[in-house]
Amino acid sequence: MSGTWMTTRAWLLMLPLLAIMVAVIGWPLVDTVRLSFTDAQLVGTAGNYVGFDNYTKMLTSSNFTRTLSTTTWFAVVSVAAEMVLGVLAALLLNQEFRGRAVLRGLMILPWALPTVVNATLWRLIYNPEYGALNAALTQLHLIDDYRSWLGEPGTALAALIVADCWKNFPLVALIALAALQAVPRDITAAALVDGAGPFNRFRFVILPYLAGPLMVALVLRTIEAFKVFDIIWVMTRGGPANSTRSLSILVYQEAFSFQRAGSGASLALIVTLLVTVLAVAYATLVRKTAGSAT
Amino acid sequence: MLKSIGKTLLGAVFVGGLFVPHAFAETTLNALFMAQAAYSEADVRSMTEAFTKANPDIKVNLEFVPYEGLHDKTVLAQGSGGGYDVVLFDVIWPAEYATNKVLVDVSSKITDDMKKGVLPGAWTTVQYDGKYYGMPWILDTKYLFYNKEILEKAGIKAPPKTWEELGQQAKIIQDKGLLKTPIAWSWAQAEAVICDYTTLVSAYGGDFLKDGKPDFQNGGGAAALKYMVDSYKSGLTNPNSKEFLEEDVRKVFENGDAAFALNWTYMYNMANDPKDSKVAGKVGVVPAPGVAGSSEVSAVNGSMGLGVTAVSKHPDEAWKYIEFMTSQATQNQYAKLSLPIWASSYDDPAVTKGQEELIATAKLGLAAMYPRPTTPKYQQLSTALQQAIQESLLGQATPEDALKTAAENSGL
Repeated sequence: MSGTWMTTRAWLLMLPLLAIMVAVIGWPLVDTVRLSFTDAQLVGTAGNYVGFDNYTKMLTSSNFTRTLSTTTWFAVVSVAAEMVLGVLAALLLNQEFRGRAVLRGLMILPWALPTVVNATLWRLIYNPEYGALNAALTQLHLIDDYRSWLGEPGTALAALIVADCWKNFPLVALIALAALQAVPRDITAAALVDGAGPFNRFRFVILPYLAGPLMVALVLRTIEAFKVFDIIWVMTRGGPANSTRSLSILVYQEAFSFQRAGSGASLALIVTLLVTVLAVAYATLVRKTAGSAT
Repeated sequence: MLKSIGKTLLGAVFVGGLFVPHAFAETTLNALFMAQAAYSEADVRSMTEAFTKANPDIKVNLEFVPYEGLHDKTVLAQGSGGGYDVVLFDVIWPAEYATNKVLVDVSSKITDDMKKGVLPGAWTTVQYDGKYYGMPWILDTKYLFYNKEILEKAGIKAPPKTWEELGQQAKIIQDKGLLKTPIAWSWAQAEAVICDYTTLVSAYGGDFLKDGKPDFQNGGGAAALKYMVDSYKSGLTNPNSKEFLEEDVRKVFENGDAAFALNWTYMYNMANDPKDSKVAGKVGVVPAPGVAGSSEVSAVNGSMGLGVTAVSKHPDEAWKYIEFMTSQATQNQYAKLSLPIWASSYDDPAVTKGQEELIATAKLGLAAMYPRPTTPKYQQLSTALQQAIQESLLGQATPEDALKTAAENSGL
């Protein structure tokens, strides 16, 4: 069989999938780009061409800059915490002890929960009148009085980050655990014999095996965290005083609550662009790490 | 191989079967309601059951969403070209729904009997530009609920008649150590806070708009926000109010942790139910207070109506369903969580029995209902105001500055 026939056949086999992808991803994307240059309303008027008006309006509004920094802060802190927690949990679950299988199973649970359920649970935990967190902290004498966690700008975003970490660190742990199992035992044993301490064993023997897979987890989590919507929408709706409003919530408000499909589309495309830049940067980084590891 | 082809065919037949029309002419209506305040989900289901029993050729699919999702869900379903035949809508949306053709004009279907029988205030819920876009269904305003036992212990003879008096009474309760923070409100960044704010605007004689331009930053509108901020800073208001919705207020009140609470009609019978409430039998209700020299009582128009969507393929059946749901017979039967729109119901013993105090209060409150602004850009105005109120409460801006910014961002 010749190479050209193989290539042709491969394309032929992929054709149905490509057609579907163009229909469900390509076409809406093109249409969104078209919308972003109009003043279209969600219901009613189809809108007129307005050039780059929507983009300049969105990029220069104080809402956008404030929301961008909130989102960035949320993404950086929550992803960093998830990476650290995930690796620590994976190291723990890679040890041999009784009940390990049960614990490994339990660890997946938060990640398997729908985000809305997770958000509702945490809202109950943070409840200012009868929440578990307030009860626990007062009984431990860490705070004197019940307080409002989601109602204060100083704590609301932090509270959201904790809830997001609890849900998403298992994914990192799962990926790290799989990578840990690929570390050859004789190498760790040799390091032990050579007198390497726990930190040096982790840094020089184990981490090189983890780097590649962790990079994948980092890319996935950062993109997801940057697009965050549901957990915030359920827990604070962007409040108090817009201190937890993320970019996706801003897009939603613009496009759906205020029904300005045109400027909503431009904002959505700006977010897409930001995420794409992140993804490309990471992909390059992954390729480099993979290259240096082998 | 043959087996798998057989399975595929079977699957195709099965899927095809879903698209075959029913043998008899049955109409299915999709209706969107809210799962929050007013009529409970159980009430709506049993009302609907009674309707389908009387009209076996019509089926009604019910869907319930939280109030916060009702507007967006309605608009999105419309935008995608399908969805609901009947939708519940808030008094603040007809302007937008009419302008964007979400609801159909039903003026021709409103009979003279309806016009005569329904309370005049209720009609404002469904009207825009002189046309009718549905039937009013939930006639509601925020009342001042109080805990009779706590007031008695504090030696307070009668509930407050003015907002100033409310503060004084709360101070007495706080000073006597009966409660740390006696007043509960729903001040979360949501429409709920606008309803509380509107009640105060009506008390202070303010205006949201003047000649179509924002005017809430002046006079009564500014005084209303100043009252909220003062009450919050004085510590008489539960500080958690700024993350409360109506249901949170209800739970705090039912737990005996609030002496005063502003809430809708539905809290009266729920808080009086010993199954869930610790304050059953001690619930007092009066109209929201007034301001000396400006108003006797205050109230926000928090009514809601049922309308037929422009995309409905069965507008006649949909209207039939709405007629049934809003009929005096149906409303009188379910008058515990929401009061009827029909004037004569308020003298019907079947309605008033066991809730005489609520009915007496409702007569005063409903007559004083003050509207939120009527504009197609309501959502944007409301969002800007929500932010202004929260920033003032948190001390990030003075009420004057916050309201000025809101006026600039209102889109009007």
